[in-house]
Amino acid sequence: MGSNTPGGPMSGSIEETRKALDEQGYLADEALATCLFLALRMQRPLFLEGEPGVGKTELAKVVAKVLETRLIRLQCYEGLDVNQAVYEWDYPRQLLEIQARQAESDRGESGVADLFSEDFLLKRPLLQAIEASHEKSPVLLIDELDRADEEFESYLLELLADFQVTIPELGTLEAVHKPVVFLTSNRTREIHDALKRRCVYHWIEYPSYEKELAIIRRKVPDLEEHVSRQAVAFIQKVRQQDLYKLPGVAETLDWAEALCQLSLRNLDASAVDSTLGFFLKHQDDIEQLRGSSGEILQSLETG
Amino acid sequence: MPYWDEEAPTFDSLPGRIVAFGRELRAAGLPIALDQAQSLAHGLTHIDPLSRRQFYWAARALLVYRHEDLALFDQLFERFWGFQGETGQRAPRKAPRAPRHRPPGAGRRRSRLVLASMMGVPGASQDPEKEVADRSRTYSPAEALQRKDFARMSDEEREAARRLLSRIDWDLSRRQSRRRIPDRRRGQIDLRKILRQASRQDGKIIALPRRRRKIKPRPLVLIADVSGSMELYARLLLQFFHVVSLSSPQVESFVFATRLTRITGALRLRHPDQALREVAEEVFDFAGGTRIGQCLSRFNRRWARRVLRRGAVVLLASDGCDRGDPQLLKCEVQRLKRSCHRLIWLNPRLGQASYEPLAEGMATALPLVDDFLPVHNLRSLQDLAEHLENLPRARTRRSAHPQENEIAAP
Repeated sequence: MGSNTPGGPMSGSIEETRKALDEQGYLADEALATCLFLALRMQRPLFLEGEPGVGKTELAKVVAKVLETRLIRLQCYEGLDVNQAVYEWDYPRQLLEIQARQAESDRGESGVADLFSEDFLLKRPLLQAIEASHEKSPVLLIDELDRADEEFESYLLELLADFQVTIPELGTLEAVHKPVVFLTSNRTREIHDALKRRCVYHWIEYPSYEKELAIIRRKVPDLEEHVSRQAVAFIQKVRQQDLYKLPGVAETLDWAEALCQLSLRNLDASAVDSTLGFFLKHQDDIEQLRGSSGEILQSLETG
Repeated sequence: MPYWDEEAPTFDSLPGRIVAFGRELRAAGLPIALDQAQSLAHGLTHIDPLSRRQFYWAARALLVYRHEDLALFDQLFERFWGFQGETGQRAPRKAPRAPRHRPPGAGRRRSRLVLASMMGVPGASQDPEKEVADRSRTYSPAEALQRKDFARMSDEEREAARRLLSRIDWDLSRRQSRRRIPDRRRGQIDLRKILRQASRQDGKIIALPRRRRKIKPRPLVLIADVSGSMELYARLLLQFFHVVSLSSPQVESFVFATRLTRITGALRLRHPDQALREVAEEVFDFAGGTRIGQCLSRFNRRWARRVLRRGAVVLLASDGCDRGDPQLLKCEVQRLKRSCHRLIWLNPRLGQASYEPLAEGMATALPLVDDFLPVHNLRSLQDLAEHLENLPRARTRRSAHPQENEIAAP
């Protein structure tokens, strides 16, 4: 593919995209592969929503691996502003520099201009992404955008449009190869439509039994096959329960890892009860399930 | 599951069909911008347009950007593209629509019924007019209205109350955000500005500008009980919700009797009658029984994570006459309290001098809430407004696991 499309081994077809992810251990379904493929080809951000732990962040990491490029991550939080997201001058160093120069020479007029050179610039993720784009497109992950406040969102809207940053003292910096952008949200608040509309949007569902089992087999190969089947079926049942926080794939993996360490041959109620904390993170949920885990296991066997 | 088969969409004029499809989606209430249809057309050049599956996923990813719209999109997609080349084994369905775009006639019968019951004031007409006259000797008529119980108001008085209601200043309690703004005296020293100034002054530092945390209003979550026992108060409560909703974008509203309904969207409509009509369309259980525990449980599981962020204040209006399991109610109120900044229970019955919280639900919940206030007349709402404005910054003290263990082992 031409050097201006960042798709690399994923830009040929949807199937190639899916395979490339698969080789890196990320099992994507057709929907996700199509979205990713389109995002790469159309050079648009991919906006991923879904319950926590379904692999939103993971996808960005894997894509960076496939494209053999840098992953630059901006973790959002409330109050995130340009100084933390784009750039900031290293003020303490600048102040020291000024005073050192004054002490050194009494020329009267010390040059301040070079105080605002790249040496004194602290590059934050968004600027890093632009800088890294000089060789090839980096992957830029803007994680949990719902945690940042609205002010930051509108800044982002502007930046994603043309990928340039103007630093008054240095001039305008522009991306050479447009970064591959992933935005994720856990929906603790709605992201503004104007931003989402410019993205390729995809909602990641909890995986089906078959897919989740395939993930476990891939990631925790040492776990007994019988136990993996039981564990995945159990988790799938748990997701139908009325809980405060349903377990995501990340939790299933943690649990499978734990079960593997215990080298179980068969998953029974006592084993489940003693490891509930690996996939349930609320005390109330644990209480609720502790009584009924035996029943759920039973229903798995009969069903 | 979405529908497709491996046949191609008709190919006579795909761009034309896409435009038509976009129009169809818009008509059903999905917000599709012009450039989105364009980008779909653009996107199609990258995929195999003969594969219906690829076409479906591409359209979905480029036209829809809200999770709640996906189901509707699937239906419309099937309807629009699914018939191509079919022999009509499936009967054409009625066009599905986004909730806000129901044709005006639909559901009118029910809503009229509901509105009637919402406005119905069985006791009002027999209510002795004398009482008003009596009070007017001591208070000005306006003041009498201020103190009149909502349940005893006539329709005219309600209307007057509504107008007065909209004049109350809903200045919500504030919290510190993490964003910083310049300030002369307080806050962290602003190095950026100091350097700017110093570089103009030969490196000498002359002043110490500061930046402090910005103060923002807290999000407010309103939950009202509209069950049978609250019927006489429901309408004014909703009007009160409406006024507050318009005063700030950070207000979420819910109502419940036997099930919880989110009415935030409806209350965003500017005109009060229109807004209430919309609410009546969305809520199915007006004047039904009460299951506070279950409804709160629903709220805690489904909505709390989304709406109780950043130190939200929760107003829960209910008389606490609960027909559900008190244990569940206790559990859920506790949970709600732990996840918000302040939980305020509003009870219209508290306005009656003789009231004691004897209803089982109320007695259960009372020790758990932060404030227990009346909402029975305009005066009480004004007091509430003041109370909200002056909420303490800090949370009330809560122990990490209060009576949880008791609950776990009933």
